[in-house]
Amino acid sequence: MEKRELTCIGCPMGCQITVTLENGEVKSVEGNTCMKGDKYARAEVTNPVRVVTSSVPVRDGEIDQVSVKTAGDIPKGCIFDVMEALRGISLQAPVHIGDVVLADVCGTGVDITATKNVERKIV
Amino acid sequence: MNRTKIAVIGGGPAGLAAAIEAKKAGTDSILVLERDRCLGGILNQCIHNGFGLHTFKEELTGPEYAQRFIDQAQELEIPCRLGTMVMSIAMAEDGSGDKIVTYLNREEGLVQLRAEAVILAMGCRERPRGALSIPGFRPAGIYTAGTAQKLVNINGFMPGRSVVILGSGDIGLIMARRMTLEGAKVQVVAELMPYSGGLKRNIVQCLDDFGIPLKLSHTVVDIEGKERVKAVTIARVDERSKPIPGTEERYECDTLLLSCGLLPENELTSALGAVISPVTRGPEVNESLETSVPGVFACGNVLHVHDLVDFVSQEAGQAGRNAARYVQGAAAKSSEGDIRVTAENGVRYTVPEIINPARMEDTVTLRFRVGAVYQNIYESVYLNGERILHRKKKIAAPGEMETIVLKKESFEQVKDLKSITVRLEEE
Ligand SMILES: Cc1cc2nc3c(=O)[nH]c(=O)nc-3n(C[C@H](O)[C@H](O)[C@H](O)COP(=O)(O)OP(=O)(O)OC[C@H]3O[C@@H](n4cnc5c(N)ncnc54)[C@H](O)[C@@H]3O)c2cc1C
Ligand code: SF4
Repeated sequence: MEKRELTCIGCPMGCQITVTLENGEVKSVEGNTCMKGDKYARAEVTNPVRVVTSSVPVRDGEIDQVSVKTAGDIPKGCIFDVMEALRGISLQAPVHIGDVVLADVCGTGVDITATKNVERKIV
Repeated sequence: MNRTKIAVIGGGPAGLAAAIEAKKAGTDSILVLERDRCLGGILNQCIHNGFGLHTFKEELTGPEYAQRFIDQAQELEIPCRLGTMVMSIAMAEDGSGDKIVTYLNREEGLVQLRAEAVILAMGCRERPRGALSIPGFRPAGIYTAGTAQKLVNINGFMPGRSVVILGSGDIGLIMARRMTLEGAKVQVVAELMPYSGGLKRNIVQCLDDFGIPLKLSHTVVDIEGKERVKAVTIARVDERSKPIPGTEERYECDTLLLSCGLLPENELTSALGAVISPVTRGPEVNESLETSVPGVFACGNVLHVHDLVDFVSQEAGQAGRNAARYVQGAAAKSSEGDIRVTAENGVRYTVPEIINPARMEDTVTLRFRVGAVYQNIYESVYLNGERILHRKKKIAAPGEMETIVLKKESFEQVKDLKSITVRLEEE
């Protein structure tokens, strides 16, 4: 039996939830005030996901960096792999919101896309 | 002299939404003045996601949220002057009620602009470290969290490798994660108060995810290092925020980030002579979001510090519509019937501070903050001592702005209105 302590992010109550697992299966969820917390806790212990945002250098742009994100949720365990995959990447201006910066990052099936428009610098 | 009907000071989310709604309400002559090289304000450096859930029903990053409004402003052909710093706003001396906006930019130099109405949307800035009484030297390596955010996200420069953060506001929490992802070691976040002002989601996803400890009721008591920060010592504080001897913990680090709150940027507003609220540090406004100076409106962080940009956009849209009504001559000018809202019993302030039912649209939105964390509390509104609203809240905390929408009907049912009171009640 394994016990996991979580803080629910569903509302400012921030209930402290205890999930009991047995062989990777949820046996009980305690401490939540409402069902939203139950749902959150089950998802969080079985398949936690996050969106990762960062920024990468851009050449010949009006500004030197462009912000990027994973276009969807990726497994929480892949956060640092995604950051590693972004290292060394640099883009050529112009870049527009939604442009794919890196397809299928780390085999997650999720693309990294630009979240800002950076036009070419007028010289 | 150059003329415009409405001058908008600041091209962040507030200024953009105000200009867009004023234009949609039928005002053709609007000018947005922005001191930065681009529109979007502080959102340009907030590259994390979580913006716009209320407005667009999807989670956007700061720059994406800003772009939606920039695009709209462009479609509506609203002129914006960038790289333009507003130096002063004053009443015209001819008694016309016009305002003279003085601004400076590289192309035009120093310009005086005559405007019938002005919308203040200058945003806020971070409490500087000078305002914090941290003893010791002032070595390099101490930044406000917002400055660090700009350095990392816009300039691509990492301010340090080993970090201690004082203050658990959202910007500090976001930066704890950002610097961790970029390879820094964030050792601890110390918070003076017994609770965090940050969103739960940020505490979980920015600290817990990376095993960064949050120490509540702690403050920095010593900073070591002559040229560059070498170590920071924190200690637990008692109920009166005094450090408790013997509780010190020393962290070797090269960087200290300060995330100690935001202050509305109101030098222009004070110089114009508008009444400033000692609580919000923004101008006092009425139900039309008009300051004590007729025809001068305010919205966004310059009015009071917001946590959600969605509410900034809503509020700013309202200011824009009211400014349009003002220049179209449709707004009632008299201040007869103005009633000051009383905020008491745990309610720190309300915006607006003044309501005049005669001038009200169908509803008025009251925004406020509570002074401490309350559970199972009621938010109540009284007109002439009679309770017209009694709403249960599971939780109310200083970090989350509260909103109440009141209907004009409720006001019309009360004869000879003298008082409006907003308070927290246990039952
Ligand atoms: C450092 C920092 C980080 C933040 N991070 C977050 C976050 O992560 N998430 C979140 O929800 N909220 C965040 N906020 C709050 C955020 O500021 C608001 O949600 C929103 O951006 C406020 O919009 P605004 O238009 O009122 O102000 P701003 O976005 O600050 O825009 C004000 C604009 O006015 C311009 N201006 C000021 N004075 C003048 C002048 N004299 N002349 C011409 N132009 C002028 C400024 O250059 C700026 O572009 C942050 C705030 C700060 C200060
Ligand atoms: S369990 Fe329900 S009440 Fe508790 S924090 Fe989550 S959403 Fe809020």
